Amino acid sequence: MDDLERLRKGEKRWTESTLGKALRTHPERIEEFKTISGVPLKRFYTPTDVSSLEYESDLGFPGEFPYTRGVQPTMYRGRLWTMRQYSGFATAKETNERFRFLLEQGQTGLSVAFDLPTQIGYDSDNELARGEVGKVGVAIDTLSDMEVLFHSIPLDKVSTSMTINAPASVLLAMYIAVAEKQGVPMNKLRGTIQNDILKEFVARGTYIFPPAPSMRLITDIFAFCGEHLPLFNTISISGYHIREAGSTAIQEVAFTIANGIAYVEAAMKAGLDVDAFAPRLSFFFGSHSDFFEEVAKFRAARRLWARIMKGHFGAKEERSLMMRFHTQTAGCTLTAQQPDNNVVRVTLQALQAVLGGTQSLHTNSRDEALSLPTRDSVQIALRTQQIIAHESGVADTIDPLAGSYFIESLTNEIETGALKYIKEIDSMGGSPNAIERGYIQREIHESAYEFQRDVDRKRRIVVGVNEFIADETQTFDYLKVDPKSEEEQISRLMKVRDTRNEQDVEEALDLLRAASEGSENLMPAILAAVKVYATLGEICGVLRSVFGEYKAPDIL
Amino acid sequence: MSVDELVEGVLAGKRRSLARLLSLIEDEDVRAPKALSQLYRHTGRAHIVGVTGPPGSGKSTLVTQITKELRRRKKTVGIICVDPSSPFSGGALLGDRIRMQEHALDDDVYVRSMGTRGHLGGLARSTAEAVRAVDAFGKDVILVETVGAGQSEVEIIELAHTVVVTDVPGSGDDIQAIKAGIMEIADIFVVNKSDLEGAERKGAEINAMLETDIREKPWRPPVLLTNARTGEGVAELVDKISEHISCLRDSGLLEERGLQRSRDELEQMMEYKLTHQLLTELRGRPEYNEAIVRIAKRNEDPYTVAEKLVMDFLLKYREDAG
Amino acid sequence: MVTLAIESLYISTRGSPVSNPKRGGSLNSTKKIRVLVAKPGLDGHDRGAKVVARALRDAGMEVIYTGLRQTPEMIVRAAIDESVDCIGLSILSGAHMALFPKVMELLKKEDADDILVVGGGIIPEDDVPGLKKTGIAEIFGPGTPLESIIEYIQSHVRT
Repeated sequence: MDDLERLRKGEKRWTESTLGKALRTHPERIEEFKTISGVPLKRFYTPTDVSSLEYESDLGFPGEFPYTRGVQPTMYRGRLWTMRQYSGFATAKETNERFRFLLEQGQTGLSVAFDLPTQIGYDSDNELARGEVGKVGVAIDTLSDMEVLFHSIPLDKVSTSMTINAPASVLLAMYIAVAEKQGVPMNKLRGTIQNDILKEFVARGTYIFPPAPSMRLITDIFAFCGEHLPLFNTISISGYHIREAGSTAIQEVAFTIANGIAYVEAAMKAGLDVDAFAPRLSFFFGSHSDFFEEVAKFRAARRLWARIMKGHFGAKEERSLMMRFHTQTAGCTLTAQQPDNNVVRVTLQALQAVLGGTQSLHTNSRDEALSLPTRDSVQIALRTQQIIAHESGVADTIDPLAGSYFIESLTNEIETGALKYIKEIDSMGGSPNAIERGYIQREIHESAYEFQRDVDRKRRIVVGVNEFIADETQTFDYLKVDPKSEEEQISRLMKVRDTRNEQDVEEALDLLRAASEGSENLMPAILAAVKVYATLGEICGVLRSVFGEYKAPDIL
Repeated sequence: MSVDELVEGVLAGKRRSLARLLSLIEDEDVRAPKALSQLYRHTGRAHIVGVTGPPGSGKSTLVTQITKELRRRKKTVGIICVDPSSPFSGGALLGDRIRMQEHALDDDVYVRSMGTRGHLGGLARSTAEAVRAVDAFGKDVILVETVGAGQSEVEIIELAHTVVVTDVPGSGDDIQAIKAGIMEIADIFVVNKSDLEGAERKGAEINAMLETDIREKPWRPPVLLTNARTGEGVAELVDKISEHISCLRDSGLLEERGLQRSRDELEQMMEYKLTHQLLTELRGRPEYNEAIVRIAKRNEDPYTVAEKLVMDFLLKYREDAG
Repeated sequence: MVTLAIESLYISTRGSPVSNPKRGGSLNSTKKIRVLVAKPGLDGHDRGAKVVARALRDAGMEVIYTGLRQTPEMIVRAAIDESVDCIGLSILSGAHMALFPKVMELLKKEDADDILVVGGGIIPEDDVPGLKKTGIAEIFGPGTPLESIIEYIQSHVRT
């Protein structure tokens, strides 16, 4: 205490003399310094800013509660993070080629991007799919497409992450069926399905069903995987899209964890023991452009989740307390102007994620503000990770920024700010209610608007956009999805419909309808339907007719 | 587009003509009253239903469900949604269509969003005339969704035959609609989101409140529970809406109100016209401004001056007419 | 002397002229630019659309927002019913070459191609000339200041 007192006096003296003198001749660049999320910044930080920090209870040791320093005891000294580039476009065949290229380049996990019709449960020949087939990801209509997608990729060797939400059960079922054909049993499968519907309502927009049946589909997956796919992450609770929609770092942590709480509550209400499913919950964050804030964000999120799981839900298994997460560098920070500059942005953002202790990482490609990335751009993005991993040395020490007065103070601040939001959401009856009321959407939208205004008024500089602008004619080589792939995909689908056994399909869909009208776990009926080549659109169609469709509240 | 073309288009059921006319009405274009004057005799056929209630009580979703039910009954529907304009910029974000997507391509449904453009009372200043235009367009039922900003939204009773007041099960025991001062204007109460806890209790509370009103009336407002998300209770609501207009008709109230409305409108128009005429004449004259100065200095009083000016005006009119 | 011209009765039902003597004030009346902000296609990324909608509102326009997953048919119907002066289309999924021209085609069919149509989102430079050929007036790519969009609309809508 005496030390701190002395320090405060010292700081006061410094402020009056040394600083005062300097400011008279050299005023600071701007009046008020803030992080990109608006957290006010001091000039510098000292032990007085972290005086409440208790090392053992607030930081602890790697691989131990509260996991501030990381979820594994050896972190990247044991195994580097999984380098996992999200990709997928056009048809299954083309995506399969890209997957195999990436694996040859040393990528260690797959990440499947699906096109929008697939994400919303429409077949490629649906009228609403017009122009969208194969655009933002690969089109999957039936098990036949999935077989092509993973052709020559041994599913017992790779882990596969699938960005799929509303129809997650269907795609997971197809994955299980393909593995079975390869001779790989379910219990060997490793990977992740995103399966996070709440953030779809809030930020990403690829929802199908109303909240209640959506939550049922999710808890059915929890239960099914708990029994049959012990190595599979059943959900990836995503802050990434919340951040991309314009939230601040604190909001990203808060709303993601609030959604996480809602899933845990739903599963416990469905009769599952918390330790039976919590170890397979995983998370997904963005890595935005404020360097220290992002590092602190990852650490704060990990600590807060552990505290909530232990203190609030009484989880006992260590793995139930660990927040394991995937990170993607923030797509919204990429600029269409001078796209090569994006390589530098991505490098810094990737570094933040590693310093923050991520379990896997996607680095964006320089051309993604313009289109899907080309092969060359993807290669640079992957090389960026490899350089950080193997040349920079940052992976050799665990949580190297811990103990920085600034980082620890910011970590505290983000945890406190997020907890405040979580309490607010709790008082509204939890995140599904807060979403229904539009509270979360409005908070995000406010931040997004503020941010854009700051950029427009040049309170924030975005290099190449509102400052350091260059005259440029874009000569970029875009990846263009051949419009023919839509036709190709539709004719593939027709062929499957022509050759499958219609009666089997009808029976399977009838069973699915009966199951969805009742309360049994839906996974077995969905699995049976995909195996007889029922289409994604048919399966979701049955569920749509029973469950109805979600209508977004008119939040502006 | 000329006024005649516009009128012809509206009567022929052309959406584009109606849309144009509504813009002229909102923009207070001189062509609007000319068109409305020609359309007047084609109006008076639609059943005008107001939907009002505090924010978050699911008005838009309910309007959508009512529309669905009316369409099932082969009625054509016009919808006017009023949202607040920003007092700072005068602009508005009109988002009610978001919830009405399922009728987006139905030729027998017409949806129009209006900003209040600075008007208080839950409607835009031109909502009544917009409704008149949609009436002439030939829609059977016109649903008017008010702002629902919690302010006292009583203007809707001047406009609608039937007023539906929505509320939701609240957290406390209070009735939000009462707080908003819209309890008295209801012909039908709806407790929406009936799946939420406390819906039945809220319904009972409203009923109890209605019991305290012992006046003899031909219509006692029913209290209905609905779930606008699922459509539960909406068919009953639409039944009550048609029962209400029948009751008004049978009891002679409809005719009475119609007369009252025509009288009000005529008198307002005359009042405006007279005042406008009077002021236009007076404001150009120096002695008028001098009189104002004398009143301000307390050399004269406004009571006497007003009396004199109006009497002079009327006398002059008599001479002109004479 | 006392001529009852119909247009002078116009305010009639809007209350007494004495309590409301000033007409044509910036808040209460006169023409407002109406804009439909629409998201065709299936992508759910509406951050840009919503931020633009908000900025146009703050610039005094009336903005009708229809939400996600709009077909070209729905967009054109809303534009006509709402009698808008401008349609802003936002799309990030890459389906713009299929959907934007379809909107233009339908507007022409409905004789409503006098409505100003602008677009935004993730749209490669190479696609812009083709889109403009179909009648899209301007494409606003990532990084466009809100002020430029506002000014463009203000100076290009038919009046």
